[in-house]
Amino acid sequence: MERRTFLATAAAGVAAAGLAAPALAQGKKAVIGVSIPSATHGFMGGLNWHAQETIKRLKATYPNLDFVLATAGAVGKQVNDIEDMMATRNIDALVVLPFESEPLTSPVKAVKDAGKWVTVVDRGLSQAGIEDLYVAGDNTAFGRVAGEYFKANLKPGAKIVVLRGIPTTLDNERVDAFRKAIDGSGIEILDMQHGNWNRDKAFSVMQDYLSKHKKIDAVWAADDDMAIGVLEAISQAGRQKEMWIVGGAGMKEIIKRVMDKDPQIPVDVTYPPALISTALEITALRFVSDTPVYGRFIIGSTLVTPANAAQFYFPNSPF
Amino acid sequence: MVDQAASRPASSFRLPSLSALGPLLALILLVALGAFLNDNFLSHGNITNVLARSAFIGMIAVGMTFVITSGGLDLSVGSMAAFIAGVMILAMNALLPSMGVGVPLILAGMVVALAVGLAAGLANGLLVTRAGIEPFIVTLGTMGIFRSLVTWLADGGTISLDFAVRQLYRPVYYSGLFGIAWPIIVFALVAIAGQIAMRHTRFGRYCEAIGSNDKVARYSAVSVEGIRLATYVLLGLLVGLATIMYVPRLGSASGSTGMLWELEAIAAVIIGGTALKGGYGRVWGTVVGVLILSLIDNILNLADLVSPYLNGAIQGVIIVLAVVLQRGKKSSA
Repeated sequence: MERRTFLATAAAGVAAAGLAAPALAQGKKAVIGVSIPSATHGFMGGLNWHAQETIKRLKATYPNLDFVLATAGAVGKQVNDIEDMMATRNIDALVVLPFESEPLTSPVKAVKDAGKWVTVVDRGLSQAGIEDLYVAGDNTAFGRVAGEYFKANLKPGAKIVVLRGIPTTLDNERVDAFRKAIDGSGIEILDMQHGNWNRDKAFSVMQDYLSKHKKIDAVWAADDDMAIGVLEAISQAGRQKEMWIVGGAGMKEIIKRVMDKDPQIPVDVTYPPALISTALEITALRFVSDTPVYGRFIIGSTLVTPANAAQFYFPNSPF
Repeated sequence: MVDQAASRPASSFRLPSLSALGPLLALILLVALGAFLNDNFLSHGNITNVLARSAFIGMIAVGMTFVITSGGLDLSVGSMAAFIAGVMILAMNALLPSMGVGVPLILAGMVVALAVGLAAGLANGLLVTRAGIEPFIVTLGTMGIFRSLVTWLADGGTISLDFAVRQLYRPVYYSGLFGIAWPIIVFALVAIAGQIAMRHTRFGRYCEAIGSNDKVARYSAVSVEGIRLATYVLLGLLVGLATIMYVPRLGSASGSTGMLWELEAIAAVIIGGTALKGGYGRVWGTVVGVLILSLIDNILNLADLVSPYLNGAIQGVIIVLAVVLQRGKKSSA
């Protein structure tokens, strides 16, 4: 508490001095703080890689931009990172992917109240109107696109199983949209369990599905990490010919298999970890040009098919 | 306390106390429940799946039994497993051009896994015994270190074993002897060896003595530091062994590999009747504990009993119940 009040006072002082004025004075570098979760699983690993690559590129392109990147493995650490950026690095803008919406709302609001530019990525804040720019993937479309593929490619009466992610509102949005999309198709969802976006967990959940259900026509794994665990469980049971799997996010190994027309993985649905790049690029525009960049930028979830897979394939990314 | 009074007159029969039978009864009840709820529960495929995937936690939990019995704790085993898996895969990929795809390469990978496990266990053990830092703190620290190292080695993504090597290595998880998968066989051997070591060797007795009262043990000329160090090294080696069985399953390691294994292993040890404060260890109980934990998961997946959101709650209830049943068990040791 004490620390936060101190920060707010300090920030107010800086704002009063006019240093935080949006238009950049000649010769002064604009500092953009970037706070994202650390690379502890596939998708975040890809996101971290794209963040670093984009920062490198933007620094080279715009010499008057500087970046401070901090990665946090927990909510508390992320709040500290943001406070430190305000206190010691005198940032002009903050690009933040909130670890969790609720606890990050007031620290980010404090940054905004200090007159800084705020870009929020992917997971929204719990209070509307704080951020200047919101960049996100489309969770509803993520579920809907997959659902539409199932509807178009399965006969009525077909039986499918679903693996869900970590219990979150984001996961609920995806699953609801998926359910709505297959509504009225006659496809039966046999089972839905949480695989926590984790390979090992998905592997054991799928093993249990396979002993529980004699007939499964397709699997919505809802994530590429989970899809890999699912594939392994299916091949252990020797039931590869029986069902196909749709994952999601755009892991390079999965995109490669779509590209190679693997019958087990006919398509993938994107939820690109590169969305952090979009956020960084647009935020940078705000400081190097007069381009208006206020508003919301929602990156669509598209169906990756063998025909278009090449444009989603990044062999150098760790994800 | 109540047990103590009750068990004294019965001591001539040496009837197993309720606290010792508790976990076993729970396991039998769970099996009966599973069989009742789903016809496939007792099928060869399902039993193999459950036992094979318990094997990693199982081997680690057997090692953890010795550490906890001697009054220590190791929170780093999950991260350690991820780190060992990462180093092992990287080593095998690096050796591939010079050694080619073949059994020697797999053996080299296994040696690397055991060596890294030994080194990691040694590091934990030395910090606990030589530097005299609380095991909780040491292993909390190394937990973070190993987890970060594997994330760093993987560049935030996933370290994957070369495809051709994996095809050769895969049977180590998926195939077996007489229809019993290799992980199950190895787990059984580890459990038997652990039980013998705990009950019938000087090492096992010393572990209990140290955990019970390290001052008395020291005055009795037991090398307290040496035995403690040995328990951590043993655990490190078993984590290495578990990793050897784990890597052929999905052929990869990432920052999320082995997440929360430490808690599952500790929970299994406690459910099995080993005292968290040390001084009394029961290896076969640990094995029962591991099976209970993975059976709950399996049954909840097979039968839609409760909302999947509550799986963790059910496991929690079982853990607490088990410890309630254990009360007073220390006296029967």
